[in-house]
Amino acid sequence: MEIIYTIWLRSMKRFIRSKSRIFGSIAMPLFLLLFLGLGLNSVVNASSLGQEYVMFLVPGMVAMSVLFSSIFSGLQIIWDKQFGFLKETLVAPVTRLEIMLGQTAGGATTSVLQGLILMVFSVLIGLRIQNPIGFFIALAFMVLVGIGFTAFGIAIASRMEDMTGFQLVMNFVIFPLFGLSGALFPISSLPGWLAPITLFDPLTYGVEGIRFGLTGVSQISPVVCAAVVAGFAVAMMGAGAYLFRKISV
Amino acid sequence: MTIAIQVTDLTRRFGDLTAVDRISFSIQQGEIFGLLGPNGAGKTTTLSMLSTMLEPTSGTAEIMGIDIEKDQDGVRKAIGIVFQDQSLDEELTAWENMDFHGRLYRLPKETREMRINELLKLVELSDRKNDIVKTFSGGMRRRLEIARGLLHHPQVLFLDEPTLGLDPQTRNHLWQYIEILAKEKNITIILTTHYMEEADRLCNRIAIIDHGKIIALDTPARLKDLIGGDVVTIQSPDPKKIETTLTAPWISHVETHDENVRITLANAEQHISTIVTRLNEEKIPITSISVHKPTLEDVFLSFTGKTIRERDVDSKEAMRMHFRMRRR
Repeated sequence: MEIIYTIWLRSMKRFIRSKSRIFGSIAMPLFLLLFLGLGLNSVVNASSLGQEYVMFLVPGMVAMSVLFSSIFSGLQIIWDKQFGFLKETLVAPVTRLEIMLGQTAGGATTSVLQGLILMVFSVLIGLRIQNPIGFFIALAFMVLVGIGFTAFGIAIASRMEDMTGFQLVMNFVIFPLFGLSGALFPISSLPGWLAPITLFDPLTYGVEGIRFGLTGVSQISPVVCAAVVAGFAVAMMGAGAYLFRKISV
Repeated sequence: MTIAIQVTDLTRRFGDLTAVDRISFSIQQGEIFGLLGPNGAGKTTTLSMLSTMLEPTSGTAEIMGIDIEKDQDGVRKAIGIVFQDQSLDEELTAWENMDFHGRLYRLPKETREMRINELLKLVELSDRKNDIVKTFSGGMRRRLEIARGLLHHPQVLFLDEPTLGLDPQTRNHLWQYIEILAKEKNITIILTTHYMEEADRLCNRIAIIDHGKIIALDTPARLKDLIGGDVVTIQSPDPKKIETTLTAPWISHVETHDENVRITLANAEQHISTIVTRLNEEKIPITSISVHKPTLEDVFLSFTGKTIRERDVDSKEAMRMHFRMRRR
């Protein structure tokens, strides 16, 4: 526990110090929210959503900022590898599992914090959270998404030598995960052949869960969402722990 | 005297490349032991195995009586390491880097804080302890890494090329620290280097390692004695003629290396004028002439037939070839 805390503490210190990184990663979902949300608000037919488009978009953007920042936190391992710091932790009398869990805890915390910052901005442009319970439901989904995708990032990082594969991960993993998740549009509006694919995207359930918490409306039952996202988090922790065990520097 | 490190037939292969080839040696407690050799000779691979970062292909090693394969955690607690490449978190302060290390080695809060202060003082970084490492110079980072490696009071300290890339002044400074450590704290130190003077100055004993094998192992003084005296090096466009001209009972060995003739003899200072006179009589042009007392460089040359720099180039070429082969 002490070791996990130590590694978590390092992530927190780095997070607090990297103001430009925080703003940088908040900017993208925030701009999307403003440009798409406010721009398309009057164009998009709101009746099928049961709410204004911009409010429909908020949970998607919160999920997006959690997704991006958690995968990046997992990929942080590659930087540690390149800058040599990983050796310092690997040669200490601690288990790989402890290091991996510490890194996951750190990544999940920082990504949830980023999601919360975005949520505050959303309140400023008109988000009304239904009730405190709804907020905590959304928070719980953010935590699960954060844990799952940080562990996912660690799993990828364990197999990558350096950052050269980063664009590949960005374009073929992160972006499709985001695009197919129903963060930008209701999944029911997709053509029949495409809709089932979104159901294989774990982020879909994360977005829907957060949406249920924040707006009280979702297309997938929140219980199903919770089960899938929790299952994904556990599976990714397993995969991350397994692959990280074999990491070499 | 107790034995701190015992290495028996340690071997590591990477595919068909044998990086470390059945090396054996033992190190006494409190000794500074040097692994000297060119890049790619197998020094870092040896250290990686001893520090449990890399599994040996065959052979065994014990550190403070603990087997490196059977009890990895035991070994890790007993050793401190300063890696060849920097391994600090540049975005944390000096203190935070130390604190992180202390927590990883499960030192209680009070011990941790006391030792961090003590060690930062030792490496003269106390006044910079709350500065971010990014702002530190190369020498300061190295000192911080050494301090960090000592934080958990290891019995054995590994230093992998501790002064690589540092300016001569900083290097001198670091040597002093290392000497103080060995003397005052009775820590066993094993260091790798390809700087001859570093090995000569610091080490009680040196293993010269080339192509993964130990080719000589002794105290620096005795290694130099093996050369058999002082060396006069004459550079000349006609080295062959010098070789045939110079014969005297006080000359123990003459050899030609490119344009240079190396003459091994006792008391070079006494005989240098005789040599010059003799060459002038024969009208052999002399580009330059130098006298020097044997160094480890000469030892290396006499064992491998090459200078350590040439070997560096060789092994880099070999590595390149190796990677090219693997890529195919």
